[in-house]
Amino acid sequence: MSKTTTGTELPPAPDDDTAAERLSTAPVESEGPTGIGVLGWARWMWRQLTSMRVALILLFLLSLAAIPGSLIPQNGQNQFKVQTWKAQHTTVAPIYEKLQLFDVYSSIWFSAIYILLFVSLAGCIVPRTWQFVGVLRSQPPAAPRNLTRMPVYAVWRTGADPEQVNAAAHRLLRKRGFRANLAGGSVAAEKGYLREVGNLLFHLSLFALLGGFAWASLASGTGGKLMVEGQGYSNTITQLDDFTGTRFYNNQDLDPFYLKLDNFTSKFQDKGDQMGAARQFTANVEYFEGSDESKLKKGTIEVNHPLEIGGSKVFLIGHGYAPVITVKNGKGDVVYHDVVPFLPQDANLTSTGVVKVSDYGVGPGGDKTQLGFSGFFLPTAPLSFAGTGPISLFPGDAAPELVLNAFSGDLGTDSGLPQNIYQLNTSKLTQMQQDGQPAKALLKPGQAWTLPDGYGSVTFEGYKQWASFNISHRPGNEIALTGAVLAILGLIGSLFIQRRRIWVRAVPLPGGGTQVELAGLARSESAKIAEELAELAVDLQDDAPAAEEDAPDAPDAPDAPDAPDDSAAAEEAPEAPAAEDPTAPADQNSKE
Amino acid sequence: MHLASGVDPQLADLSNKLIYSAMAVYTIAMFAHMFEWTFGSKGAVAVRSKEQAGNLAETVAAAEPKAAKKVTVTVAGAKGGTTTLTRTVLAGEGATVVTGGRGEEEVDGPGAAGTNEKADLAGRIAVSLTVLAALLHGGGIVARGLSVSRWPWGNMYEFSCAFAFAMTGSYLVLLAARKNVRWLGLPVAVAVLLTLGIATQVLYTDSEQLVPALHSYWLAIHVSTAIFCGGAFYAAFISTLMYLAKDSFDKRMAAGLTTGPLGTSPSIWRRLPAASTFDKLSYRINALVFPLWTFTIIAGAIWAEAAWGKYWEWDPKETWSFITWVAYACYLHARATAGWKGRKAAYLALAAFACWLFNYYGVNIFVTGKHSYAGI
Ligand code: HEM
Repeated sequence: MSKTTTGTELPPAPDDDTAAERLSTAPVESEGPTGIGVLGWARWMWRQLTSMRVALILLFLLSLAAIPGSLIPQNGQNQFKVQTWKAQHTTVAPIYEKLQLFDVYSSIWFSAIYILLFVSLAGCIVPRTWQFVGVLRSQPPAAPRNLTRMPVYAVWRTGADPEQVNAAAHRLLRKRGFRANLAGGSVAAEKGYLREVGNLLFHLSLFALLGGFAWASLASGTGGKLMVEGQGYSNTITQLDDFTGTRFYNNQDLDPFYLKLDNFTSKFQDKGDQMGAARQFTANVEYFEGSDESKLKKGTIEVNHPLEIGGSKVFLIGHGYAPVITVKNGKGDVVYHDVVPFLPQDANLTSTGVVKVSDYGVGPGGDKTQLGFSGFFLPTAPLSFAGTGPISLFPGDAAPELVLNAFSGDLGTDSGLPQNIYQLNTSKLTQMQQDGQPAKALLKPGQAWTLPDGYGSVTFEGYKQWASFNISHRPGNEIALTGAVLAILGLIGSLFIQRRRIWVRAVPLPGGGTQVELAGLARSESAKIAEELAELAVDLQDDAPAAEEDAPDAPDAPDAPDAPDDSAAAEEAPEAPAAEDPTAPADQNSKE
Repeated sequence: MHLASGVDPQLADLSNKLIYSAMAVYTIAMFAHMFEWTFGSKGAVAVRSKEQAGNLAETVAAAEPKAAKKVTVTVAGAKGGTTTLTRTVLAGEGATVVTGGRGEEEVDGPGAAGTNEKADLAGRIAVSLTVLAALLHGGGIVARGLSVSRWPWGNMYEFSCAFAFAMTGSYLVLLAARKNVRWLGLPVAVAVLLTLGIATQVLYTDSEQLVPALHSYWLAIHVSTAIFCGGAFYAAFISTLMYLAKDSFDKRMAAGLTTGPLGTSPSIWRRLPAASTFDKLSYRINALVFPLWTFTIIAGAIWAEAAWGKYWEWDPKETWSFITWVAYACYLHARATAGWKGRKAAYLALAAFACWLFNYYGVNIFVTGKHSYAGI
């Protein structure tokens, strides 16, 4: 495999090289370092890097390197999973960490492979592009001296004038869409340049894809926001729940807009073996861009149908229920009234959440205290929790119930440390007791629970739905998409178009008459060139009818050692596949 | 369109019945093909083709006086041999007669039935049965889609049915285009039965509406092209395997052995097309499908962008599609530029198909990612 291949199969003859030259953009591989010293080696290494063989190896490595990322949890997708995995595999986790196996697609080794691949690609494609431009500017290469050595060849003798035959061939080739050039007693023609264009376009558009990727990873940002029906927010860093920015899109660059969740609809499968599977989620919203409130518009957001506002897209990513809860103190004053989003724990939306009453004031004991509640919201509660605990049976709100535990003491909210609003820090809380058991209530909407020890009451007023959104700013999509579309077009050109050359040479014979030679050269995967040459020859015989006595085996081509005795071949034709099914004579050829 | 209920149980039931009937008919077709292979013979082939060739030569010779134009093109073969192609245009009739005279090139066998009439009849029956099975199969898929008024590929069961249909479909289209592919009948029947078997026994879920993540017209585009690509890659895979087998058979014959690989009868192998025909066919299919596969991945990325906000997240399914894509690109590169013809390229093609299979079954079953929906 030291010498490759211009992609054509040629009998090696000196003048064939020019004929085959640049019929493909494949690089010719070099044997070993030439020249001396660092420069020689550098040049050799560059040539190796841009060689087809190394491109193949790099491609192969790229696919291998992508595998671990599909089997090991990745930080980029699910950090939580990564944490769990690490906790389960404490011995290998540090090694994996070192090998960047939790960040495969941004790891040094993965990047190295694709960067090398793209360098190789540039080193291969850019020079070839220039070379191809050169090819386009010049005429098709002139006919080789010895046409019989070409992969497809035909010859006959005619009485017509050689110049007229050449001119006719030139005309016919032009008519067939070839670029043809008549010079020096022969015609050189070439067709299928679009293959090359396609191939170059395909490889170049891979750069556009990469560029789009790179731009997206440098200038995009995503934020998250959970809203209960009726709530709204302005897209600023203080009002978002979380935000991850990048170099060119950070806290200050957030697209300014206002968004409000009016209401949320969900529907679920209510029978069959996929019972409970989600069937529809729709968030009806109102929004305006910038700060001009008068431009308020209505919109809907569904899974698969994000809403575009300014430079951001808002995606619906989650939903759940938010009970409305009122807490009164022992004196009957309302100390808390709010709607509290509970987070779904399973597919049937068994949800958990906490209520933090930080401004409770003075407790029954006379000192300042706070209350905390933790519990479950079950959209469809079972008749009894025996054996199962509090779980929901169905994600729709067929029989909603709220299960609460109550705590009193210090919530830790005054420590100044940021707190998770979905978790209760019970280190300084004591659970309320009733009859020697932890106090617990099971509430239907509208019901109230009188807390033990005179702490007051909790009322489950009702519930709303909430939806969470992903607010994503990602430029570069258009670049990547353009690259992708061009890549497909290029591929189609590159794989479906044949590039081929045809030469015709008519020369006067010493004994009178004219010898007409046709030869063709194409990429090796093609069998169509023989057909095409035959068609051309048949057409050409209108202008250059075969001489009567002319046997098709061309006695005039003594330098054609491998031209078989055709008349014999036609008679024997013992295993001619066409003979198998005489009704479909073209079968064989179209199959090839 | 996004209704929560709306499953027609009668149609859903009809769909299941049609799929089972299709499986039954495929099974009979498979047996008919087996019969064809078992009772077909090579014996008289040489004689008959000689005879036919004689007839043809006569026809051409009879036409000769009238022949206005005749050209013989010499074609250099891959292995140093030559073949010729002769084209004759008869005067006044405008018809062309093409005869191919062949030199040292490999030659396609006569097909499974050889010259045995009974076997040939069995083969024809098998093809008719396959057509019938395909109709039932297609009906089953349509009924499934109608029962829920959506595209019938929302879960693994439905993908598999559609995918198997794509396989039969490609085979029948090739047959209808008068390609010499009846030898594919048996492997296709086996592969389709296998796929449908797994679908009905392991992957089955009731006909239902889709989870909202699948409410997108990109579903129709992305999934149907993926299914088509799968069917075609499968066909190319079969062809690659046949190439490897026939190639080792040829090597064994050249080494003077009297049996095919695994002690099989040489008569079976001789009836098959030439190794180079298999090789070309698998390249053709792979090259044809590669742009479509590229498109499938891109359509998937566009869909992902609409559904999740990012067009590429290295989700396991995406990753394995990418790996499959790169593997096929490797194969095409090897074929087109590095001159890796023959067995080496065939191994690359097998590896690429293995990636595809893993992506199809493995990722859905063993790896969890965002592509796991409704009942696997
Ligand atoms: C980024 C990864 C690459 C991919 C996905 C890729 C893919 C492809 C595909 C699908 C073809 C079409 C094969 C055909 O025409 O039959 C092709 C052809 C080609 N590739 Fe690549 N390629 C990549 C990188 C490279 C690199 C790095 C080089 C140069 C060293 C290169 C050089 C070529 C050449 C010269 C051809 C055309 C051969 C011919 O004339 O048919 N490619 N490539």
